[in-house]
Amino acid sequence: MLEQITYALIVVVIGIAACFLYFWGSNWLLDRLLQTSPTATGTATVRSDRMRTAIRPWLFLAPALLFMSLYLVYPVFATLWLSLFDRNGVHFVGLSNYIWLFQDPGFQQSVFNNLMWLIIVPSLSTGFGLLVAVLADRLWWGQIAKSMIFMPMAISFVGASVIWKFVYDYRGPDSTQIGVVNAIVSAFGGEPQAWITVPFWNNIFLMVILIWIQTGFAMVILSAALRGIPEETLEAARIDGASDIRMFFDIMIPQIFPTILVVWTTITIVVLKIFDIVIAMTNGQWSTQVLANLMFDWMFRGGGDFGRGSTIALVIMFAVLPIMIWNIRNASAEETTR
Amino acid sequence: MSTEVVTSTLPADRSALRGYLAQLSWGKVAAHLALLALVVLWTFPTAGLLISSLRDKDQLTTSGWWTALVSTETNELARLGTAADQIEENGTWHIRGKLFEADSGRSVVAFGTSFETVAGTLPGQPVEMRDGGEINVAADGSYDWVSPTPFEVTRGPRLFYVVSIPPEFTLDNYIEVLNAEGIGRSFINSFTVTIPATVIPILIAAFAAYALAWMTFPFRTVLVAAVVGLIVVPLQMSLIPLLRLYNDIAGITGGSSKTYLGIWLAHTGFGLPLAIYLLRNYMAGLPRELMESARIDGASHFKIFTTMVLPLSFPALASFAIFQFLWVWNDLLVATVFLGNTESTLVLTGRLRELLGSRGDNWEILTSGAFISIIVPLIVFFSLQRYFVRGLLAGSVKGG
Repeated sequence: MLEQITYALIVVVIGIAACFLYFWGSNWLLDRLLQTSPTATGTATVRSDRMRTAIRPWLFLAPALLFMSLYLVYPVFATLWLSLFDRNGVHFVGLSNYIWLFQDPGFQQSVFNNLMWLIIVPSLSTGFGLLVAVLADRLWWGQIAKSMIFMPMAISFVGASVIWKFVYDYRGPDSTQIGVVNAIVSAFGGEPQAWITVPFWNNIFLMVILIWIQTGFAMVILSAALRGIPEETLEAARIDGASDIRMFFDIMIPQIFPTILVVWTTITIVVLKIFDIVIAMTNGQWSTQVLANLMFDWMFRGGGDFGRGSTIALVIMFAVLPIMIWNIRNASAEETTR
Repeated sequence: MSTEVVTSTLPADRSALRGYLAQLSWGKVAAHLALLALVVLWTFPTAGLLISSLRDKDQLTTSGWWTALVSTETNELARLGTAADQIEENGTWHIRGKLFEADSGRSVVAFGTSFETVAGTLPGQPVEMRDGGEINVAADGSYDWVSPTPFEVTRGPRLFYVVSIPPEFTLDNYIEVLNAEGIGRSFINSFTVTIPATVIPILIAAFAAYALAWMTFPFRTVLVAAVVGLIVVPLQMSLIPLLRLYNDIAGITGGSSKTYLGIWLAHTGFGLPLAIYLLRNYMAGLPRELMESARIDGASHFKIFTTMVLPLSFPALASFAIFQFLWVWNDLLVATVFLGNTESTLVLTGRLRELLGSRGDNWEILTSGAFISIIVPLIVFFSLQRYFVRGLLAGSVKGG
């Protein structure tokens, strides 16, 4: 066991050494090969100088570009290609994977569930995040409260699933309920339930987990944005006699609206890719299937159907696309103002 | 703050002021309560996990964790002694014994001779036995079965009792999961995956970020836009092509397609866009004069990068390192696809998922296993929260 960690550490050292060797070595080589010899004439000096300046950025960029091309860009095209082939990626099948997909009940259910996740999780996470941010900034113990609510951000989706599965735990009707939800239900005279097996509502119970995790994220970003509202703006509103509620809706919300959008879209992307929670809690049973889990399922089911898996992955990609374009446009706009 | 405003705007009308203040403080109280409710709601589930993982496993399954600090009562049964154990004292026969060890802190709340009458008799009161004689049970669990005639029972009759068990906390669950359930092994595996997968992308990204921030070359803006776009490409797109690629490579070299090297490189590739984006934004914010004066002094880009930019970018490097660490440590998907589910390489998230399937009802195992898996990110998180928050802000507010 210890050997393994040692092995990992050695790899880290080797990796860093290799990186440095590459960056330092390639730079040295560049300077060496395109050396400005002291006897060279003016034009030759300028030319080799220019070439060095032109090549150097690419030396700095090369490893990153290589990794990103291999692990992100190439797969996008390969997935597109594979979606037109059969399960082993050998025989061309045209659009039949797509036709199959849209008729598959599992897919229809996943799309429906994903849409529900898309509506509920970002809105509630952002809403709770905003609420906590506003409340915490006014109270002396706000910082501690924020830390506590932020904490689930550090917990893995699988860890969170264990935590919440325990909350939803169900024992037979005659036993003592050790899950909080069922204990409360029993205390009020209700009938304990195996919550995660109750179709439709179980989706909501799974969403609670992600809301629990993402609220901290929304809170941190929105809290920073709230603090960024100019004090004069707030002061002016106060002098005009605006109530706290009016201030919140008429001043704060419009002021931080761009940030709310960013938070919303970031959580939307997380939701589109949601996988861990579903596989850990229900593995798509009891009508809780979502796209990412369906894709994972097809990737390995019966040795794996790469054609169908790829097709489902493309649907997720397609859903992310608008946000991606929006992000790129925002970033480019920022770039030009820089 | 609000009260100051009130006094400045309404200084004259004292009673109105008082009324307004009263209203305000109600608002304040509501704010305190609302936030408190949210904090409790958010911490309660994790508290349940932590407390449950420390409880005795029998208590865990019979009572809610919120009762962990009070004694729990459960029904138990014990067999009494037989005629072989009897002794004669002053003309009566006794069978004496203990329902449980006296020093365990347990106490008998009530007892009876059948399941239905389990709560029928309080300790100290005698009860008639079907096999003759009567029995006295003390609260400490010792009993005295008395009969005027010699006993003839060969098989000890059952005695039902309600026992109060004091709260019991133990580390046994942790010892068990670490050894028997393979969590210890997975813990090491998680570290093995996480350390290189966190460190390697940082260097690669830093050089690229510097080039994108401070060097001029064609297509620079296009590349920046591409990086921003790649941040949100779903992992799902990469899985199948890369799995095929890994399988092909394994086929050629004759090795395995599920290797640590494979997952390190995969995490490096997936983490780079965000790393480059974060670092570039930070580096671009470094003062231009600093760079220019260094350039004029004849320092090369390589030198400027290693001696000035890299040290100055420490906060951004730390932010990304925490991100990547948490992301890799908490990842299930990439680990499952590229490292597989074999016993020797299963990481903590994968192990937990497996335990959820195979040991779904053994909460003593699940809770302690889950706690071991979340303790490392929690430590990282709380000790470096400042950097983490800074990274979050840089990564999202600026249009990412």
